[in-house]
Amino acid sequence: MFGKLRRLNRDMSKVVLEESERLPSAERRRFLRSGLFTAGGVMVGGALAGIAPKALAGTQYPPEIPAWTRTLGPGVVADPYGVPSPFEKEVIRRNVPWLTADKVSSISFTPLQHLKGIITPNGLFFERHHAGRPEIDPQQHRLMIHGLVERPIILSMEDLQRFPSVSQVNFIECPANGGMEWRGAQLNSLQFLHGMVSCAEWTGVRLSTLLQDVGIKTEGKWLLAEGADGAAMTRSIPIEKALDDVIVAYAQNGEALRREQGYPIRLVVPGWEGNTHVKWLRRLEVGDKPWMQREETSKYTDLMPDGTAHGFTWVMEAKSVITSPCPEMPLRGKGINQIEGLAWSGSGKVKAVDVSVDGGQNWQQAQLREPVMSKSLTRFSLEWKWDGNPALLQSRVIDETGYVQPTLAQLRQVRGTNSIYHKNSIQTWQVNADGSVVNVQLS
Amino acid sequence: MFSFHKSPRLFAATCCGILLASVPVVGSAEQAGHYGYGESATDEQIAAWDIDIRPDGMGLPEGSGSVDEGMAVYETHCASCHGSFGEGMGRYPKLAGGEGSLDQDRPEKTVGSYWPYASTLWDYIHRAMPFFAPQSLSDDQVYALTAYVLNLNYIVDGDFVANRETLPKVEMPNQDGFIWDDPRPVVNNERCMKDCKDEVTVSDSAEGKNLTPSTTGPLDEGITE
Repeated sequence: MFGKLRRLNRDMSKVVLEESERLPSAERRRFLRSGLFTAGGVMVGGALAGIAPKALAGTQYPPEIPAWTRTLGPGVVADPYGVPSPFEKEVIRRNVPWLTADKVSSISFTPLQHLKGIITPNGLFFERHHAGRPEIDPQQHRLMIHGLVERPIILSMEDLQRFPSVSQVNFIECPANGGMEWRGAQLNSLQFLHGMVSCAEWTGVRLSTLLQDVGIKTEGKWLLAEGADGAAMTRSIPIEKALDDVIVAYAQNGEALRREQGYPIRLVVPGWEGNTHVKWLRRLEVGDKPWMQREETSKYTDLMPDGTAHGFTWVMEAKSVITSPCPEMPLRGKGINQIEGLAWSGSGKVKAVDVSVDGGQNWQQAQLREPVMSKSLTRFSLEWKWDGNPALLQSRVIDETGYVQPTLAQLRQVRGTNSIYHKNSIQTWQVNADGSVVNVQLS
Repeated sequence: MFSFHKSPRLFAATCCGILLASVPVVGSAEQAGHYGYGESATDEQIAAWDIDIRPDGMGLPEGSGSVDEGMAVYETHCASCHGSFGEGMGRYPKLAGGEGSLDQDRPEKTVGSYWPYASTLWDYIHRAMPFFAPQSLSDDQVYALTAYVLNLNYIVDGDFVANRETLPKVEMPNQDGFIWDDPRPVVNNERCMKDCKDEVTVSDSAEGKNLTPSTTGPLDEGITE
C-alpha cells in the first residue's frame, strides 16, 4: 500500500515538474522554491490557500489571456472543507438588528436573491434560535422516548443511525416570514421580506419507525417534542402527523446537520410551521392531550380582528414569490427577460403558478421547473418582453388541493393586521423605468 | 379539560400525505421491539428530563411559593429585562397589562391579557428562564415567580400561594379566547386570468422608509430603531 502511495507521489511530482516547465523561467524558480512542491513529492496543500483575492490590474477578457490561465492555482485540499469563491462573500445570511432584543433569540434570513435552485446551501439556511445555538457533543447527546409507550427508551446517536433511513426534500418556513408587512410595505428586500424559508434534502429515521418500535399505547394521541437548547423548545404534535411523514433527521443535503439546524438531530415536520421542526431534539413524549406550551399559546397563535386567536394553525399555506427581478436584482435592460421565482405549499405539491405584470389585472401561466415535489420549494419562470415602462409584477401559486394564494387585501379583510403569522399573500414588485424594483402594496 | 377535535379537512390533508409519502417507501408495520435498539429508560432518568407541565397540573412537582416570596426572586432575576411591574424593558417581553387590548389597533399580548393557561407560566419559567441562566431556579422559586406574575396581572390575590393543588385551579382571563380547531382556509381566492379588476392602486411603498438593512457588503449593524 505504501509502495503504491510512493508511486502516486512520484507521478504527482512529475506532473508538478511538467507544469512548472510551462512557466516562464523566473516564475518557475519562484514556483519550485515556494514550498508548494517538496523533495518528498508531497504537496503542501495550504500554501496558497491564504492568499486573499485581489482585483488584477487590467482586463482579463478577450483579447487578453487571463492571468489565471497563465499560472497555477492552489492544489487539492487547499480547502479541506470547500468554501465559496471569495467573490461570493456578499452571499450571506443577514439579520434585521432592530427586530429583536438580542441575537441570541432572533432570526437570520436566507439570501434568496442569489440562490439558483430549490436546495438551500447548508451555510445559508435561515436561522431561528430562542436561546442561541448550543454546542452539542453527539457522543453525549441522547434522545429519550417515553410517556404512553410500551417501552420507554434512550437512544444514542449511533443507535439512531442503525434504524432504516429515508431522505426527503422539504422546505422549512417560519410562520412569521413576511410578518413585518401586515400594516404596510416596510422592507425593500427579497432577503428580508421572504428569507425565512429554506429547503433541503433531509435524511433520518421516520418517526413512525421509532414510535412503532417503542409501541404506542392506545390512549396516545399527542406527541411532545423538546429541544436540548437553553430554551428547551417544545411543541405538541398530533399523533396522526407524527405517524405520517415526520422524520428525526440527522443529515441535511448529504452531511451531518449544521449546528444552526439542530446538530446532531432535529425533527422535520413537512409542510408545518418551522417552529414545530424542533432542533437539537432530546425528548419525545407520547400523551393523551396537548401540553399547551408557551410556543403554542403565547406565541405562534394568530390574533384575529375580534380579539380571539387561532391556535394549532400548523400548515404553511401555499405561497410564491418572484426572486428575479427583485429589489436586490433589478432588470438589466429592455427586451427579453426571464421572470423567475419560487413557490411552495405545506399541503402538497405546487400545481401551477401564474404571473401578472400589470398588478393582477391579467395573468399568464408560468412554467414549472422540475423537480416538482410535495412540500418542497418549486421553481417557476416566465419569459417576458419588457418595453421599458413601469410594471407591477406578481406571482400566484395554486397547490394540488386547489388552494389559490390570496391577495394581501383579501387576507387583511379576514385576518386584520395583528396576526403576525401566516402572511402568505401575493407579493407585488413595482418595476420602475430604470429597471429598479420596489416592494409595494396594492389596495 | 380539553375538548379538542380535529377538523375533517385536516384529516383529509393528513390522509393525503400518507398516500403520497409513505406507501411506496415503508413496508408493513413492524412489531413493537422489532429493532430493539437503545437502552430502557429508567424511572429516575425519565423523572429528571420529563419537565413538561399540562393545564390539568400533570407534571407539577412538590413545593410551593407565595406572591411575597416571588417579588424578591423577581427583582433579582427578572426585573432587569421585564421591568419591576412587568412592563417590559426595551424589546424584552411585557408580562402584565394589556387587558381589553386584543381587538384594538395595538394589542398587548401579556400573561394577563393573552395567555390561556397558568400552567404554561410555571412550565416556561422553569424550562427557559431566567434568559441568561435557564433551569437554574428551584421548584419553590418557580412557584413563587408564577404566583408573583399572576398577581402582577391581578389574577390572584396578594396572599396566594402557588402549589400543585392551587395552580391548576387558576382561571386565566383569556382562557376562552382561542379557537384550537384550525379554521383555514379563511380566504378563498379565485384563479381569474383575464380582466380580473378594473383598476390597480399602489397604496404603500417601501421606498424611502429607510428600514431595510444593507444586503451588500458585510453584515449591517448600523440600523437601530
